[in-house]
Amino acid sequence: MNRNIRRLGAVIIGLYLVLFVKLNWIQVVQKESLDNNPLNTAQVRRDFNRPRGTISSADGVLLAQSIANPDRSSEFTRLRVYPEGELFGQVTGYFSFTFGSSAVEREYNDELAGTTFDQQVRGFSDLFVARENVGDVLLTVRRDVQQVAREQLGDRSGSVVALDPRSGDILAFWSSPSFDPNEISTIDSKAANENWKRLTTTPGNPLRAHQFQDRYFPGSTFKVVTAGIGLQSGRVTDVDPSYPVSTGYIAKNTTLPIRNFGGEACGGTLPEILRTSCNSAFAEMGTETIGPDDMVSGVARWGFNSSPPIDLPGAVRSVFPTDVGNNPAKLAQSSIGQNDVQASPLQMALVAAGVANGGTIMKPHVLNEVRNAQGAVVKSYTPTPWLRPLAAGFADELRQDMIGVVTSGTATAMAIPGFEVGGKTGTAQLGTEPPRSHTWIIGFAGPPGQPPTVAVAVVVLDQSGASEATGGRVAAPIARAVLLAALQAQGLA
Amino acid sequence: MTRRRNTELGLMLLVVIITAGAYVLASLGSESRIPPDIVPFLVLVLGLLLGAHVAVRRLAPESDPILLPTAALLNGIGYVVIAGLDQKLAAAQATWTAVGIVAFVLTLVVVKRPRSLERYRYTFALGGILLLLLPMFPVIGRTVNGSRIWVALGPISFQPGEIAKVVLAIFFAAYLADQRELIATSVWKVGPFRLPDPKYLGPVLVAWAVTLLVMVYQKDLGSSLLFFALFIVMLWVATQRTSFLVIGFSLFSAGAFFAWRSFSHVQTRVSIWLDPWRNPAGDGYQIIQGLFAMAFGGITGTGLGLGGGVRIPASENDFIFAVIAEELGLAGGALVLIAYLLMVGSGLRIATRAEQAFDKLLATGLTLLLGLQAFIIVAGVLRVLPLTGVTLPFVSYGGSSLVVNYVLLALLLRISDRSERSKQPVPTTAAVA
Repeated sequence: MNRNIRRLGAVIIGLYLVLFVKLNWIQVVQKESLDNNPLNTAQVRRDFNRPRGTISSADGVLLAQSIANPDRSSEFTRLRVYPEGELFGQVTGYFSFTFGSSAVEREYNDELAGTTFDQQVRGFSDLFVARENVGDVLLTVRRDVQQVAREQLGDRSGSVVALDPRSGDILAFWSSPSFDPNEISTIDSKAANENWKRLTTTPGNPLRAHQFQDRYFPGSTFKVVTAGIGLQSGRVTDVDPSYPVSTGYIAKNTTLPIRNFGGEACGGTLPEILRTSCNSAFAEMGTETIGPDDMVSGVARWGFNSSPPIDLPGAVRSVFPTDVGNNPAKLAQSSIGQNDVQASPLQMALVAAGVANGGTIMKPHVLNEVRNAQGAVVKSYTPTPWLRPLAAGFADELRQDMIGVVTSGTATAMAIPGFEVGGKTGTAQLGTEPPRSHTWIIGFAGPPGQPPTVAVAVVVLDQSGASEATGGRVAAPIARAVLLAALQAQGLA
Repeated sequence: MTRRRNTELGLMLLVVIITAGAYVLASLGSESRIPPDIVPFLVLVLGLLLGAHVAVRRLAPESDPILLPTAALLNGIGYVVIAGLDQKLAAAQATWTAVGIVAFVLTLVVVKRPRSLERYRYTFALGGILLLLLPMFPVIGRTVNGSRIWVALGPISFQPGEIAKVVLAIFFAAYLADQRELIATSVWKVGPFRLPDPKYLGPVLVAWAVTLLVMVYQKDLGSSLLFFALFIVMLWVATQRTSFLVIGFSLFSAGAFFAWRSFSHVQTRVSIWLDPWRNPAGDGYQIIQGLFAMAFGGITGTGLGLGGGVRIPASENDFIFAVIAEELGLAGGALVLIAYLLMVGSGLRIATRAEQAFDKLLATGLTLLLGLQAFIIVAGVLRVLPLTGVTLPFVSYGGSSLVVNYVLLALLLRISDRSERSKQPVPTTAAVA
């Protein structure tokens, strides 16, 4: 009988080998495709029942916290709640059993859960104390400024981005329509599913953080970029060239002119054409003074055609066409922010910030620091430069030119008495009848004679009217209120 | 010979350390703290395992030193994982482990020699069938998850089928040990086929057929499969006639095909196995969540207490292997498989070293029950075979299974002890003097 018993042993070893091979197949070969399967909620599920830190605004308002589930019979021991509702929906994001996580909840998941290497090492000494080893995340975004941004934008669709140009700290990060993360994060999976369905089918897609995940025609705000490239190339200064006063500009390979708003004639040197937002002059600057090669390489130095390195997932790339070498007509339109140029509100805020910060664009970020349960800082954000599109001297020139736009140009509605405010309006016509447009403003503000402390970008979508004044009329008051709120928050006003 | 027992003691202490360490890690993972009950836990584990060890030292000193520590390790891992899923179940599992070890010791005390079991073969046969039928009686029978395999007596519910498996294995071993030569030599010619003479197989065939019918009726597919294989393999080992294996396999294939054609619940299982993605939120949910969990674990696992096992239906029971493979990764999953192979190896070695035919057959049958049951459920979880709900021996939550497996273990050790003792040279008077 022993021979058969040994054979039986061999057969059983064979059977277990099959299991071992299949286990390898699932856990190694297929791991990635199973992990990435849209039905898989393993990541969130792993963290859902663990303690999780809070998220707070820079001015100390609680934005997200985990509380004990009063329903003892539930498989969930904790609930994630967002006391500020939709005000910070796109910043904190949601933390849902069914739909995963987004924004800060996703980006700083390991810090919140206390599973970063640093936190684990620090937590090791706390092992014998009943203490939760989680991280509390403090943001740079301020509730007071955020609140002003929401009130100012009101029911209109659009975005407001305010940041400190010196550090890249984002102070306000609002876009409308927004959503209440409580609706997605609820453990009532039926309600979560219904809310998800409703939010994903609502026009305007409230679940998207429009301020950095959507891009729009930047219109004339883009002229700041063209001007910056011109200055940095050395071929444009505040006094030279002086562009001819004209009602339009006709590129070489076309007969269709680029017209100025209202058919007005404009021209002159850089300060003048920026103040009047002169289409013909900027079209000529991009097409002839700078030329296609320097425009394409120049916009890259301003952050176009790459995603801003913000510490939130899903930042969209702003685009500038690269096929303009043999197409002066397209380059001319692109130079004034039309044609295929598209920018996210965050990107345009970074343009203003670059000008304000002596030509250096700092990496935008929402994280201030992470603290452990005892309040000790375990991680803090160090400001880091991202791009340096302008030499400091050129940046000063451009800054003065933008201040000119507020003192006596299209953005006078942005002026704040007692502060130096610079800006640039934009109106991106949507080609509809009656005419409608996305109205823009970008700018900065600070104490007189000192580097600006706030940069801002505002876009209000789909407004009636199409004149250059539209941007100044619609967007400028919002930008002004947000700038003022930020200056007040900084203790300057 | 105390060397074997010292080996066992060393391994047992290692198991205590591993289990307690895993328990602490799991608590750190899920609660970020040292479990407050670590000291009582350690005392309990140490007490239970050392108690079992001392019992073996006293009652079966020459038995195999690997089986008990391996079973204890599986039991420990299972407990830690169950504790991570549900504290209440863990408390029950701890109680059942204690009952299991008491049953283990009692079996060693009561069964002094394997032959004493052989005598009661027909009692066992009858008892086994009766146990199987118990859940079908009104009042005490319970249907859980579509299978009527539970009996509830007051607050305690158990699966008598688990006990029946071991009891019927004893009957098969006893009957085949007795009749194997007759069965092997008698031939019943049907056309070109040479079949065993049913005359000598009668009682076994009846017991086996009744068993299978009952299990199929109760929709307990895993047990039916296990039983079929047990019977065929024991017959093959006993008679050494390969033709029985061929016939058995053909019968099995025919039976499986018939079951697939006639029973909707079998069809459902098969179609889930073939394509669980067709209805990922419905009947494919469990298997898909199991696959997700294992893939998420990867090679090294998420760490104990950090898995998401709660979402897998029956995660503490049929799908506990998926939870282990998630939390401990490929490394932990492979470890569990190796542990079973180690037990199968030890069990079959006991069978080959045994001298009596009954001992050999019983050791083979018991080992097969253990090894094959683990294979069937793991294969179901890994989608190698259609899923049939049986427990993962020593690991899954469940009192009946745990207690019966400890009894099974004690029987294997008893056979081992008996055959090793008889191999020892009889001490000479010179040595005594």
